[in-house]
Amino acid sequence: MTQSDFVKLVLPFKDKVYRLAKRLLVSKEEAEDATQEILIRLWNNNEKIEDYKNVEAYSMTMAKNLCLDRLKSKQAQNLKIVHSNYQDHNVSLQKQVELNDSVDWVSKIMEELPEQQKIIVQLRDIEEYDFDEIAKVLEMNETAVRVALSRARKTIREKLTKKHSYGLN
Amino acid sequence: MGLINIEQLLEKYDNAETSLAEEAEIRAFFAEEDVPEHLESYKLLFQYVSHAKEEQFTKDVPLLPKAVGTKRTKVYQWISVAAVAVLMLGAYFQVSQMNQKTTLDDLSHEQLMAYNQTMEVFNLVSSKLNKGSNNLGALTLVSSKLNEGAENLIHIKEFNKATNRIIKNK
Repeated sequence: MTQSDFVKLVLPFKDKVYRLAKRLLVSKEEAEDATQEILIRLWNNNEKIEDYKNVEAYSMTMAKNLCLDRLKSKQAQNLKIVHSNYQDHNVSLQKQVELNDSVDWVSKIMEELPEQQKIIVQLRDIEEYDFDEIAKVLEMNETAVRVALSRARKTIREKLTKKHSYGLN
Repeated sequence: MGLINIEQLLEKYDNAETSLAEEAEIRAFFAEEDVPEHLESYKLLFQYVSHAKEEQFTKDVPLLPKAVGTKRTKVYQWISVAAVAVLMLGAYFQVSQMNQKTTLDDLSHEQLMAYNQTMEVFNLVSSKLNKGSNNLGALTLVSSKLNEGAENLIHIKEFNKATNRIIKNK
């Protein structure tokens, strides 16, 4: 497999891997680092890649495992991942500020979810995966995925409603 | 889309029973500007979701041509094999050389001469050593005489005692 073949193969899902990594690791740099490592691992395995039925699902599983491993080792070292993703989109409208604010709320609420629920919400609501695909990535059954997703969605909305009404008062 | 309809969908959504198509409908509904007050929290969520979808991985990944990497590691592997072979050969020759016995006949003329000369020197040294040891005999004689002298000293001590007594008696 040549480099351009590989890039073509990876292009559709590299952003998804990155977003999943960022969901779990929070920090942008950490997520970029993890994504890079996954792509390099895929590239080093590129003879075997064609044997995998679903490279995307395989990569997502890999991303999940790698990020969870990193989180675990971070916890073992008693270090907290601090994220400092300063953004400057330079849109000074009040509306935009408000939107960014609420977007921050949602991302903070999602940070508080357990890892597994984070992954499921990420894959379902943001990447729009089918339940069987999610089940494959997470190596669990579909019913369990549904239960966890429902739990996560309810938690998010509950917290969001609470925060939102505080914000209004 | 009707409000009642969307509320039903949202309930299904919360129970994780919606299909992807239905979720797309919900997102389309919340993408519009005016959303009823009580659904405001959902709006935030879906705004966030559409925002989150846009994030992209922009970092470059250095893809090393793979063949180079494997070739190099293979070469390193063979180096260790070669090193072991060299060590074994060296050990073999060393041992076989040690096992070969060398006799005087194997030596060349010059070596033989050198051997004979050193032997002569050694003989000379050893004969002189014997002479030296003969001279040592005189020393042993002296030491025996010394012992005799020491015995005579005892007589003197005895004499001393006798004179001391005489002095006390006085």
